[in-house]
Amino acid sequence: MRKYFFLPFFTLTALTLSASHRSEQDNVVTMKRVLQVTITLFAVFVFVSAISLLVGPGGISMLPLLKLLFTGWSEATFSLPSTEKTILFSIRLPRIIFAGIVGACLSMAGVVFQGLLRNPLADPYILGISGGSAVGAIIAIITGISLLPLGIPGIAFSGALLTIILVFGIAGTKKEIHSTTLLLAGVIVNAFFSAAILFLISIASERNLHSAMFWLMGDLSLAEWSDIALTGLFLIIGFITMYIYSRDLNLIVTGEETAMQLGVNVELTKKVLLIAASIVTGVAVSVSGIIGFVGLIIPHMMRMLSGSDHRLLLPSSALFGGSFLIVADTIARTITAPAELPVGVITALCGAPYFIYLLRRKTA
Amino acid sequence: MPLITLEHIGFKYEEKWVLRNISFEVNKGEFIGIIGPNGSGKTTLLKVIDGVLIPQEGDVQINGISCNKLKREHLAKMIAVVPQESMMIFPFTVQEIVLMGRAPHLGKWRFEGETDFRIACQAMEMTDTLSLRNRSMNALSGGERQRVLIARALAQQPQIMLLDEPTAFLDIKHEIDFFDMIQLLNKNQDLTVMAVTHDINLASLYCDRIILLREGNIHCMGSPDEVINESHIKEVYETNVAVDKNPATGKPRVTPLSSHPSEGGSRLKSGAAPQL
Repeated sequence: MRKYFFLPFFTLTALTLSASHRSEQDNVVTMKRVLQVTITLFAVFVFVSAISLLVGPGGISMLPLLKLLFTGWSEATFSLPSTEKTILFSIRLPRIIFAGIVGACLSMAGVVFQGLLRNPLADPYILGISGGSAVGAIIAIITGISLLPLGIPGIAFSGALLTIILVFGIAGTKKEIHSTTLLLAGVIVNAFFSAAILFLISIASERNLHSAMFWLMGDLSLAEWSDIALTGLFLIIGFITMYIYSRDLNLIVTGEETAMQLGVNVELTKKVLLIAASIVTGVAVSVSGIIGFVGLIIPHMMRMLSGSDHRLLLPSSALFGGSFLIVADTIARTITAPAELPVGVITALCGAPYFIYLLRRKTA
Repeated sequence: MPLITLEHIGFKYEEKWVLRNISFEVNKGEFIGIIGPNGSGKTTLLKVIDGVLIPQEGDVQINGISCNKLKREHLAKMIAVVPQESMMIFPFTVQEIVLMGRAPHLGKWRFEGETDFRIACQAMEMTDTLSLRNRSMNALSGGERQRVLIARALAQQPQIMLLDEPTAFLDIKHEIDFFDMIQLLNKNQDLTVMAVTHDINLASLYCDRIILLREGNIHCMGSPDEVINESHIKEVYETNVAVDKNPATGKPRVTPLSSHPSEGGSRLKSGAAPQL
């Protein structure tokens, strides 16, 4: 029974969300509303994390865990057996935090790419960053080389950075970056890297093939505290940068010329936001592989629930994206336990139906 | 000192010159109409004035200060633009769009306050869009959307309003309402207006001065009576028109004439199919 625990808490999350947003749909975005929504979603985030901590294989009985949640941390931790402590705090907790960070990174980047490129189909991978990163990671897996001490993520991130430089080099002139050209450059670079990935996979050995495939579909099981710290740092810096430009992004969404006429330094804003979103994506992909769907769909979900204003959209997408990926990862590691599924499979399987539901509700 | 000064402006896209040697001055409180055939550079001229396009030759000055020395947000406080049309990919509400007009007046960090909401409300009242305020922009008709964009420009509280065929999607009532409103602001609050329009009669009715553009040059400039006459219109538009005085307003009135009036008329009367 334990592995179906996710069902109630996923529904619960969805319900809390719809409830907390719908009632405020008429209002425009104010500081107060941003705080309200952020706090609500942060509570959901903590709640989801706490439940996720309790779910999973490993034979930990629920009772002491619930006690732990309710009686306070320090006292109860001492009474836990050491194996359970290891499972909770060295295996599950880092993974949960990691999933939260990666989900937040991808959703934020998705919001920014969709807004800047004014394209509802844009996602964090649209500029080919995932492809470059994947080529790096697969080379690292196949050859067994690793840039110490960063390992596969280190090489994957170098791939991501090179791709960013390449794509911007193709699309940008000295003065300005054209969104359409950028989009096309991304598509082309992605296509090229796809071919490279297929080539690398076809020459890989059986054993390497499995880890390469897992990486390509997104894998959060390799979470280590050092990765978490690094990714978390990028998340925070990225978020602050994007938030500073969030109102300018609102104006850019209504048209670059309009944004200029309303006083925005469009080229600067675009550059800063594109670079911030690209780097955040690069970091997330390097440590977790290609987790699809999150960065595409979370921004749309939040837009439907709370409107298009990026001052609200950015924090709400980050928090909800984090929560969503935690749920997805909890399902990925429990549903076929002791085996694991790649989390990307779950994000698509859960995300698509919920998204369709939102679309239907909107049109009805 | 004139509010807007253009000195020998030349602008080209790629290799083709779109504006050549354009010089004129606009004083505070003037209502200027810009007319001319398609491709004569009307829209480009507006974009040069609001600083979206940087001319390769010459200089645009606002209040005697060169435009490229001014910061974008500073320009946005003085100049508002009502564009020809506007595409919305993501659904902002009407109120959100109108509040965007307050952006240049707020710092990067400040949220809209009481004053901003009040100004936005007034702007929506003036444009008859207050009842639409919680609707999504994508759910509006073309005319309604245009009125929202006008409200946004009003919320900017500019000294100069640039209009690029602002009433292209409006019916005759909303078109006249719009120009009446602009005229009122122009008279009462000394708002300087520059409007690009295809409707010569409308320009004749409302403008103090008209600039007639032809292939990127100023063909002539002056009061409606000076600019709108048969020879000017025929030369620039290369079409047959009759110009007389509108008995109701006393302003010049342009009536387009078919180039083959007799032929076209007889065909219709006889009901014969056109020969191919």
